[in-house]
Amino acid sequence: MMNNKRPGPAGTPGSSPPPAEKGPAIRADGLNVVRGGRTVIDDLSFEVAPATVTGLLGPSGCGKSTLMRAIVGTQANVDGTLDVLGRPAGARQLRSRVGYVTQNPSVYGDLTARQNLDYYAAVLGIPRRERAEQVTRALRDVDLLGHADSLTGNLSGGQHSRVSLAVALLGSPELLVLDEPTVGLDPVLRRDLWNLFHRLAGERGTTLLISSHVMDEADRCQNLLLMRAGRLLAADSPGALRARTHTGSVEDAFLHLVDAAREAEGATP
Amino acid sequence: MKLSRTLATTRRVLRQLSHDPRTVALLLLVPVLLLVLLYFVFDADRRAFDGIGASLLGIFPLVTMFLVTSIATLRERTSGTLERLLSMPLGKGDLIAGYALAFGVLAVVQASVATAVAVWLLDLDFAGSPWLLLLVALLDAILGTALGLFVSAFAASEFQVVQFMPAVIFPQILLCGLFAPRETMQPVLEYVSDVLPMSYAVEGMNEVLQHSDPTGDFVRDATIVGGSALLVLCLGAATLRRRTA
Repeated sequence: MMNNKRPGPAGTPGSSPPPAEKGPAIRADGLNVVRGGRTVIDDLSFEVAPATVTGLLGPSGCGKSTLMRAIVGTQANVDGTLDVLGRPAGARQLRSRVGYVTQNPSVYGDLTARQNLDYYAAVLGIPRRERAEQVTRALRDVDLLGHADSLTGNLSGGQHSRVSLAVALLGSPELLVLDEPTVGLDPVLRRDLWNLFHRLAGERGTTLLISSHVMDEADRCQNLLLMRAGRLLAADSPGALRARTHTGSVEDAFLHLVDAAREAEGATP
Repeated sequence: MKLSRTLATTRRVLRQLSHDPRTVALLLLVPVLLLVLLYFVFDADRRAFDGIGASLLGIFPLVTMFLVTSIATLRERTSGTLERLLSMPLGKGDLIAGYALAFGVLAVVQASVATAVAVWLLDLDFAGSPWLLLLVALLDAILGTALGLFVSAFAASEFQVVQFMPAVIFPQILLCGLFAPRETMQPVLEYVSDVLPMSYAVEGMNEVLQHSDPTGDFVRDATIVGGSALLVLCLGAATLRRRTA
């Protein structure tokens, strides 16, 4: 269960049941992003259901990171509708409700893992008396308790990025936006992290949007957003995608959709 | 802005420094060694050492904090930690005040060590109170921090940011009255030196050197240095953007 381990008073982040929101966690309608004079996100419309694990897949450079930056509100020149947890993306009230992990681990290499989390916990406004417990829980979630007091810069690449992931878990955000969180990790760790992601969605009611360019991770997601060149190729569950394209794997389904899109482009150059 | 977040940022910056003892040692020792060097350079002219030594006590905190802050904030910008912080409920003022406070603390330690060595070991002759001297050093350090924060926005790499040191700091050293009295400079240069904050940092130090009580000129100098620091800190805050392209 979700709150029997944490004796915090009701109303503190993470200790109350997920709000019974009916609306989608993310809703985009006619979303456009222009970067350096180039349209990087082109007329995207989709919804992400709450308390689910949604995979954002596509080749590198297709606009995944830009879309994620738009969702967390750090991307400029965003046009169209983009609502996150019922508010416009980037709204001040969302800053402690959305956790975000960039592709490069954005933590301080010259602090220990625990000191990193301690600082970010203070920035998030987690009360001092709950901080140590939350930090320990986040470190346990990413299996880094054994390295809590090592200098982050001295950790291995995979451990380094898990410190960054742990920061995003602080304060039990309702939406987690994770940009390629499993890149460079060994298979055991990858499985453990996917188990954690599903536990967060199932037990804590967190919505997760996880990007990857590795198609074999697609089957671990409940829903998929397939992107190519700034456009949405498909938004469906892995099973439905395979069935619709009569293919055996999400990778084949993706290739099938890419070919179909290319043909369509070729028809109207 | 919230005090707890400002102080958390200060503590975080100081913790980062505590893991880097070599930087701290360099920050504290280099000014002292340079003062000792200068003492022997003016072996035959102790009066000249007094004037230049006092000026340097004003220049050191400004230069070192400029360098340290510009690199530290550039690292925040390029490592993604700044983007992450600004996607969280952290005020821009919290970040900037946190940095200014952390490096201000460091500057007070640095200035204390340098002043102690200058006064006791090198017989630098001070008329005024060492507290006023520390106050000027602190204001200088905050000005250096402010300038460093500001210029880091215009640099894309460490290579570029260190080039701002000769571009932003050297002209101020040349024009602050250290090499020639400002009123003897070519009139245009004198006018330029009138608007450069380091001129007042050095003048403030010399006021403490020559007068036992805080003079009107001292108050004016300290106010100008503090005011410029505040102005540049606000400019620095304007360069922090929650949304970037």
